[in-house]
Amino acid sequence: MIKILSARKILTMNPQKPQATHVALRDGIILGAGSLAELEGWGDYDLDTRFADKVLMPGLVEGHCHLQEGALWSHTYVGFFDRMSPEGDMQAGCKNLDAVLSKLAAAEAQLDAPATPLPAWSLDPIYFDNQRVDRGQLDAISTTRPIGIMHASGHIMNVNSKALELAGLMKPGINHEGVPLGNDGLPTGELKGPDVMSPVSIHVGFDRDMLACDEQGMWRFGKLCVRAGVTTATDLAARLPDEAVTLMRKVTGNTAYPARIVPLRFHHGGSPEDLIKHVERLAAQSTDKLRLGRIKIVVDGSIQGFSARLRAPGYYNGAPNGLWYIAPEHLAYILETSLAKGIQVHCHTNGDEATQLVIDTMRKALRKTPSGDHRFTLQHCQLADTAQFRQIKELGLCVNLFANHHHYWGDQHYELTVGPERAERMNAAGTAARQGVPFAIHSDAPITPLGPLFTGWCAMNRKTASGRTLGDAEKITLDQALYAITLGAAYTLHMDGEVGSIEAGKRADFAVLEDDPEEMGVDGFKDTRVWGTVLGGKPFAAADV
Amino acid sequence: MSDTPLPLTIIAGYLGAGKTTLINQILRNANGQRLAVLVNDFGALPIDADLIEAQDDDLIALAGGCVCCSYGDDLMLALTRMRALDPKPDHVLLETSGVALPGKIAAAVSLFGADIQVMSVVVLADAEGLPAQLQDSYLADTIVRQLGAADLVVLTKADLATPDQLNTSRFNIGRHARGAPLVEGSSDILHDVLSADITQRSSNTVFDAGPHHIELTSRTFTPPGPVDAQALARSLADADAVVRAKGHLMTAPDRRLVTLQLVGKRFTLTPADPALKPGIVIIEKKTGTASPVS
Repeated sequence: MIKILSARKILTMNPQKPQATHVALRDGIILGAGSLAELEGWGDYDLDTRFADKVLMPGLVEGHCHLQEGALWSHTYVGFFDRMSPEGDMQAGCKNLDAVLSKLAAAEAQLDAPATPLPAWSLDPIYFDNQRVDRGQLDAISTTRPIGIMHASGHIMNVNSKALELAGLMKPGINHEGVPLGNDGLPTGELKGPDVMSPVSIHVGFDRDMLACDEQGMWRFGKLCVRAGVTTATDLAARLPDEAVTLMRKVTGNTAYPARIVPLRFHHGGSPEDLIKHVERLAAQSTDKLRLGRIKIVVDGSIQGFSARLRAPGYYNGAPNGLWYIAPEHLAYILETSLAKGIQVHCHTNGDEATQLVIDTMRKALRKTPSGDHRFTLQHCQLADTAQFRQIKELGLCVNLFANHHHYWGDQHYELTVGPERAERMNAAGTAARQGVPFAIHSDAPITPLGPLFTGWCAMNRKTASGRTLGDAEKITLDQALYAITLGAAYTLHMDGEVGSIEAGKRADFAVLEDDPEEMGVDGFKDTRVWGTVLGGKPFAAADV
Repeated sequence: MSDTPLPLTIIAGYLGAGKTTLINQILRNANGQRLAVLVNDFGALPIDADLIEAQDDDLIALAGGCVCCSYGDDLMLALTRMRALDPKPDHVLLETSGVALPGKIAAAVSLFGADIQVMSVVVLADAEGLPAQLQDSYLADTIVRQLGAADLVVLTKADLATPDQLNTSRFNIGRHARGAPLVEGSSDILHDVLSADITQRSSNTVFDAGPHHIELTSRTFTPPGPVDAQALARSLADADAVVRAKGHLMTAPDRRLVTLQLVGKRFTLTPADPALKPGIVIIEKKTGTASPVS
């Protein structure tokens, strides 16, 4: 049966017909967008006017996030910023340390058995003058249950004495740069870096596999998508063992699940040869709502963790260069083999040296295996300079820039990690646009909240959390932002022929908005209210999920 | 004693340096030692199917009580698992990924405190590949940092290298792995040298495992009376010729018995069962210089 939806405005992102008032669908596929008269020729239809006062856009595409965002909501949120939970209650940000501690104490009071762990997430002490949490403050909340608070960056955790004790770290004589000691010679409870967090995190209630997601978490993630207007979302670093794939197929196969999920197989944890075999096997298990068969390579670490690989002049504070997370030969093998087999690869490169390694390796790989339209994508690519964007363009690479990171941590990059000049050019969406590099922008949820409209606002305004405008020359326009969060992101996933615009033959995936983002403009873009989404023709109201 | 720390050897070095070959060799020559081998992935580790007793995704149990474990991206979890093995292994061998920094890994292992103790960081360097790796701007600092963390450096593939490559490799190892002895051309006896327990080796033997590597000899040394164990161990660690030492020493003046474990420039002294007999085995390179103890 044909359905025609009417709307206040339909922003199609199809330049041949940028605006429409009606869209016709059948079996989850768009028949066309236009005026009612233009669509009536398809035959008998039901006119659905429920969106008559709404604005429709193509369902938004989040090209770099993690399903883990859904799983984390089982834990106590103690971030600085207000954040919408999957169930729709706006959790107030903790504006100072006392607020963090009282929220934890309240959560603690809800727990029964005295040994039940209390995990919390998204702490960010840079917003309260870098005042550190110490073990004693958490011990005041409980000495019987392990407590752990993951920082927003994901690189640091604060724990109480019980958690240290369970991990065998509550003792003097520890000599590790990631474990600061107090005046008493015992750890303060701050744990920096994955090596030191990992043995403790399992005791405080964080899953063994930090990036994994359970069934409840997947459903919660789906709710967050509806609230953000997202209909296609990546799970950008998944191990994808058989049981996880079975779960993902089951959950996404439910008609009540509101998003298409694109999990990329993380390169770690196996040989490059096994990785390729695994991904080939996964590709065959794809469905219309679960897209398998892509690879994610992590090339370096993070800038604020000083583990990203930087070219000269290196870190602003003089920290030594970061770490490679993959050997260049393995990178070359995966890129070459994937080009030959038609497997798509996304590479996490934070530092500009990591970006250059991928550029150089791609150049050689393409000489061996010339390939058009590969769309291999640099994820984050935060520090690339203009010369690198020119090479990226020549090689047919795409970039997905971390516009939100710039907002939340731009001040820290300015003052500490890379200094003013490079902080201004970070996440250079303006340069990408000028050089004609296909680009998207992302949240990396749960590192920052899922929300392409907010991400677009960040890329257009480049305002940091303190209000500093960082990098005027890299601002993008409203049209570019709208493109980046729809077709731009879909392009990086080879899905732009299917989603990302409202036109005949594509999937009926829409973001349903209360406000017109074009009217909201550059300043108000982030405040565009989302009613919900439509996925394959089926409406999902944020108020009901 | 059940509370003695689990000795752990870190085997590091860039791709192609021979880490997997060494691990295989050590596994084939376990000689009754219960070895636990941690590898980044099972990909390059061909294990004879006959040896496999049980297997899951991350752990392979081998005949003779040895286990292999792949740690993927969570080494700390794998080590936690090693610590919980019952019965405890005699020796843990950790093969790092080619770009890992063994110094950072040793620091992470130190968090296990008294449970697991780093016995040595052995860095393998490929004589044929090292000069080019040090010229590669993407890799040079990683290779230098790996060498800098070595207690003992093993130069492999010397037979494949040109004289220039060999000289360049030796020079750079001397420069970046300051104080760590360099072993070359002895690869087929390395499993013996790196074993956690070398004390069964009889005194004053020449390693005779093959045709071209008689560059290491072993001998036993029993001080005539109590000694300053710390000073003695330090002098052995500082000696370029001494590659390995293990045994028990009677300390002066309190006459406590301690166990010495020494690999290259790293050593540990831990309390020993007083019933044991003093005496240490020393494995050293045959050189013209005088040994610090004789």
